[in-house]
Amino acid sequence: MEPLSAFEIIRQVLVQFTSVWISLIVLFAFSLGFKRKLGLYGFVVETGTGFTGVLILGFWLFTAIFASRISPFDPLGQIVSMKDALPGTIEPISGLPYLFGGDKLARDVFSRMVFGSRIVLIIAPLATLLALSVGIMLGLPAGYFGKRIDSVLSFLANLILAFPIILLFYLLVSPGILETPIPYALAGVFFLFPILLLVTLFWSGYRSHPLQLGIRLVLTLLVGGWLFATFVFDRDPFHILRVSPSTLNIFAAVALASGPGIFRIVRGLTLDIKTREYVQAAQTRGETPWYIMLWEILPNARGPLIVDACLRIGYTTILIGALGYFGLGMPPESPDWGTAIKESSRLLRAFVHPALPPALAMMSFVLGLNLLADALREQSLKD
Amino acid sequence: MLNFLIRRLGVMALTMICLTFMVFYLVNLEPNLRKLAISQTEMHASDEHIESWLTRNGYRRAFIERYAAWIGVWPKKPNIDTETGKPVSRFSYCSEPAESVFAGVIQGDFGCSTKFKTKVAEKMLPALRATGLLMFWVMVTMVPVALFFGILSGMREGSKLDRTLSVVSIVTTSTPEYVSGVVLTIIFGTWLGWLNGSAASATGDGITFYNFTLPVITPAIYGMGYIARMTRASMIEVMTAQYIRTARLKGLGFYAVVVKHALRNALIAPFTVIMLLFPWLLTGVVIVEVMFRYQGFGLALVEAAGNNDIDLMLACSLVSVVLVLATQLISDVGYAWLNPRIRVQ
Amino acid sequence: MVEPILEIKNLCISFFTRAIEIPAVMDFSCTIMPGEAMGLVGESGCGKSTVALAILRDLARIGRITSGSIRFNGRDMATLDEAELTRIRGSEIAMVYQEPMASLNPTMKIGQQLTEVLFIHEKVSKAEAYARALEMVKAVRLPDPERMMRSYPHQLSGGQQQRIVIAMALLANPKLLILDEPTTALDVTVEAGIVELVKDLGKRFGTSMLFISHNLGLILETCDRVTVMYSGEAVETGPIDEVFGAVRHPYTQGLFRSMPLLGTNRNSSPLVPIPGQLPLPHERPNGCNFGPRCSYFVDGQCNKAVIDMLPAGSATHLSRCLRIEAIDWDAVAKSAVANVPTVIGDNLLEVHSLKKHYQVAASELFGGREARTVKAVEDVSFNAREAETVAIVGESGCGKSTLAKVLLGLELATGGTASFDTTYIQADPIDKRTTKLISSVQMIFQNPFDTLNPSYSVGSQIIRTLERFDIGSTTEERQNMMLELLDLVKLPRAFATRMPRQLSGGQKQRIGVARAFAGRPRMIIADEPMSALDVSVQAAITELLTNLQRNSRTTMLLISHDLSLVRYLSDRVIVMYLGHIVEQGTTDQIFQPPYHPYTEALLAAIPLADTKAKKRKVVLEGEIPSAMSPPPGCPFQTRCHLKSNVSGGLCETVVPPMRVLAEGHAIKCHLPTEVLDAMTPVIS
Repeated sequence: MEPLSAFEIIRQVLVQFTSVWISLIVLFAFSLGFKRKLGLYGFVVETGTGFTGVLILGFWLFTAIFASRISPFDPLGQIVSMKDALPGTIEPISGLPYLFGGDKLARDVFSRMVFGSRIVLIIAPLATLLALSVGIMLGLPAGYFGKRIDSVLSFLANLILAFPIILLFYLLVSPGILETPIPYALAGVFFLFPILLLVTLFWSGYRSHPLQLGIRLVLTLLVGGWLFATFVFDRDPFHILRVSPSTLNIFAAVALASGPGIFRIVRGLTLDIKTREYVQAAQTRGETPWYIMLWEILPNARGPLIVDACLRIGYTTILIGALGYFGLGMPPESPDWGTAIKESSRLLRAFVHPALPPALAMMSFVLGLNLLADALREQSLKD
Repeated sequence: MLNFLIRRLGVMALTMICLTFMVFYLVNLEPNLRKLAISQTEMHASDEHIESWLTRNGYRRAFIERYAAWIGVWPKKPNIDTETGKPVSRFSYCSEPAESVFAGVIQGDFGCSTKFKTKVAEKMLPALRATGLLMFWVMVTMVPVALFFGILSGMREGSKLDRTLSVVSIVTTSTPEYVSGVVLTIIFGTWLGWLNGSAASATGDGITFYNFTLPVITPAIYGMGYIARMTRASMIEVMTAQYIRTARLKGLGFYAVVVKHALRNALIAPFTVIMLLFPWLLTGVVIVEVMFRYQGFGLALVEAAGNNDIDLMLACSLVSVVLVLATQLISDVGYAWLNPRIRVQ
Repeated sequence: MVEPILEIKNLCISFFTRAIEIPAVMDFSCTIMPGEAMGLVGESGCGKSTVALAILRDLARIGRITSGSIRFNGRDMATLDEAELTRIRGSEIAMVYQEPMASLNPTMKIGQQLTEVLFIHEKVSKAEAYARALEMVKAVRLPDPERMMRSYPHQLSGGQQQRIVIAMALLANPKLLILDEPTTALDVTVEAGIVELVKDLGKRFGTSMLFISHNLGLILETCDRVTVMYSGEAVETGPIDEVFGAVRHPYTQGLFRSMPLLGTNRNSSPLVPIPGQLPLPHERPNGCNFGPRCSYFVDGQCNKAVIDMLPAGSATHLSRCLRIEAIDWDAVAKSAVANVPTVIGDNLLEVHSLKKHYQVAASELFGGREARTVKAVEDVSFNAREAETVAIVGESGCGKSTLAKVLLGLELATGGTASFDTTYIQADPIDKRTTKLISSVQMIFQNPFDTLNPSYSVGSQIIRTLERFDIGSTTEERQNMMLELLDLVKLPRAFATRMPRQLSGGQKQRIGVARAFAGRPRMIIADEPMSALDVSVQAAITELLTNLQRNSRTTMLLISHDLSLVRYLSDRVIVMYLGHIVEQGTTDQIFQPPYHPYTEALLAAIPLADTKAKKRKVVLEGEIPSAMSPPPGCPFQTRCHLKSNVSGGLCETVVPPMRVLAEGHAIKCHLPTEVLDAMTPVIS
């Protein structure tokens, strides 16, 4: 069968993404229609950078959601005749084209790119959230109390920051380490932080309302406990989620790598905000330190933290890509972008097409995050 | 100032001990040691064999003693062959001292690389030289361009030039080395054929524009946007400062204000960033060296890690930690030097 | 005929945002003759700084002159090109700004920054430039000029920095000097020094001046003529004596009435605040901008058409008021009815030789350097009784805020005792105090823009306070109490759901007051509660506080540097210097001789907005020493101008004991009794 021409490829790709286009139209109709009621987000979408950022992120988000609908082939399936097939080659059995060609293991590059978005979109934000809760839980007391707590925590943070990340990854995500309890211990500690954060938050804020406090604590502990069991021990009592030890290890390593950075930002913001008079006012009415940190200081640090979280998800994406590129943590057949780039970059002289789609996907996703962060920063400064 | 330096060096030493201890612990984990023993004995060695190899070669001594011996503050005891009663080296390709002496990092003995079958120092020195060269060229291309872009766009915030440069720098910060490396190789190597997509020849034949441009440009692009954005932010902040208005109302023209009053103040923040960029550049260099097969430190690190080369891995960690701490120190000192408010205290 | 240096005619300036044009200055005219000093007064947001920047053509990018002209030295500023403009800036017109620290380049030495002016405008050699700069540093009376030239800005104190900025401005011998709130960020005694300097130099160099300030007293002391601005317009202008002596605009009159004059107090002559608020720039009323807040407002006359400046009494005294003739300008304000003085109750707070020292360590992890001690509060004893207002006066760094922190339990005392209602509280940190004690001692903060958490609504912040203090048992009950508190501070109940950013400074401060009074406190510590507010708002808050205190019989510790306010509000006064109480007594005793030399200097530093009052000159030399290395002997000896009257170097060696001069009046001073007795009043 004749391979598709360049024009036909483009047309077919656009068609494949139909569900994404529809979702994007709905998203923007909603965003622009209600922009005055959406607060900061409304202002962000209005700007050029913000619009582009949301567009790109929306594209990848919906791609991840509808991945199985968009991709014509199984991302792991090998169809021998399609080895190193050029873009547009028709797969003879199904009659469908390999839109972006096939890689050296005869898999569909297009489908792999589409499914790769799932891995990034799940791990990067979750790992950042994890690092964020660690950074907040440690950065707040370091900035607020200062003195010895600050010295010790800052020293620890600098210790980790002094570790070149690549070395950290080689040490922590190597296959050998999975035979030891270290990754589980590390992840166990990290996954404790979000639960700890929520418990402290509710405990300090609702102490005078026992009922509300009770409901929140029970909910936190139930959901937190379930997630903890699922992630750290891979023992989901309801058998809904599965997290392999190597994925867990990636979580732990990425959180460890970005935790200190967030810690420093939270600490700096706390140092600044704690001099405000409303913090003094809280002190003079006898509020507990944790109430002041979590309910008086943290809400006013949210602007810079959101911007930083945005940038950091992008950075985490790059880190995960690097892990894939070095073949660390991810299974070798994984369709994630980093692994795909590694696989294809060795054969660039012969075949270009398997390398470009994951590379451009990776770049555009990070670009979307950076654009959004930029727009957020600019708009929040205007207030 | 002296006080500051002494304190800083103290913290550095402590950091170094903590980090090397952690690394030493992680590379000497039981699975790694077993793997080493297996690779050094026959393939299907029994557990006893492995155990006896490990004991004979000193891997079963107390952990803290081995760490101290690696550092060089505890004598390294020779490994005695149980049959002959004579001292033997751990590996046939490296000679080791026959009597109990201090032979650790402090004495310049980094041990033996099992992957390259030579002394670690002999492998590391040329690799470091090669990487130093690469880093030098990366810095030389990246920093001036980035600063120039940052200053140009921060000088007049919101101008057309500013917007264009901002978009450029945002795009480059979104392009990690393994992406730009691939894209650039495709464009300049595969399609245009102007540049070589491999720097393997640089080790033997020396560097040329043809084989070295891509390895330099790739990490430079990623870092450039970051520095440029930092410089821009710093420049914008300075340009709205009151003393800039003072300078303007003194009667200085726009460019005189920028050059005489804004630049120095605006460069304080980027300077620290540039210095702190080294550890991060290290990661980039590793990627680039792997991608372009350039025989440097990064490739050595990857080979060491991939082949369970314990001594080489330790040496690589030590080098990177030293590099990071040194740049942090330079960054602090330089910050104090640039900023009189800190210096005089 | 002499040509004016500056002639502004019908100047209109607007700021253009994406959506609308916001007029900032409208129909502004003024002339400044050679050697003359013109004052420009107004509250924040009235457009006075915009005028200054327009003169130098340095408006923000969105600002534009829409009509009118500015002629400098006979030339229209609008016609100048970029090159001519840079030539005029710095050499013919120079400017001094509000924050001296921010206006000097932190990475350049003072000498470089000074000589630069000469290099730009004149062809001078390095040596000559240096010599002239040095000469100017001497002229602004800075000690050790050579060292100053080699210093970086941060090595100088705020007052010294401002002197440098003034030196820089005068270096090229400009014809016009614009001073934009040059002393706002400085302490009173430092301010007095700067004002003296500006006056002298103006005379010496024959420079014309445009002096912008919100402080009527400062203007009276420095200027020949004055222009009062309100909401973008000049409302009254004329020679200083005429304007201050015979006010002819209701707004100017309102300003004077809302300012406590020395010699008045809260009982005999309460302040009369200006009602309402400054209109937003795009919501200005028709006709007279001040109309909605004016008690002489006549519907149909004042709000009909644009009002021009009209002559008021003389050809040079103009006012933008249609009813100049109809208003009886000498009548006493309506609500200025005297109050019955409060009966002071029993002792509530007793502080006995309280000390607070801080350890400043170099580093926690590696304590390299030896720790140094900051003696923030050193041997302080006083008491405060129920329903009494005790003022604590002193300049920054005197320890008054630290004292407040110790009383609130935010810091622990190093020594001495403080008892509140017979309980010792000096060693109880706030988390060890009972809820009752915490709610009994509350605080009103200085900066209204900072006192409310921007993340929560006004109502929820008050309710949280009620919850903390265990007041009310149900949410509904607290909701009602919160609304009642809003009533109490005279804010509409609808404010409960507003966010702090939707409130003006005065409104925020009212919420601050409501929050402090939520727990029915027995003692309120008010830390500079008015200093960040405009004059007319100050008056309203002052009256609110006075009435609340009167009705609830709360004790108030008023921390302030504003002696006019202190005289007006307080029953007794404590003067602090470097952690010591140097003088204390009833308000009358403090404001009458004999004084402690420091009190004398403080009194002499108050800028008085009263043409009839005469003030003796006492200008303090030198700087406040650091609390880390206080001088031996008397803390004030390094700056005391009467030290020569004490023999034997007693001042340098021995800390003076507290001497009781009269019932309740004590001073910490070695001066012999005859010197003290011979003192004359500072203000007469």
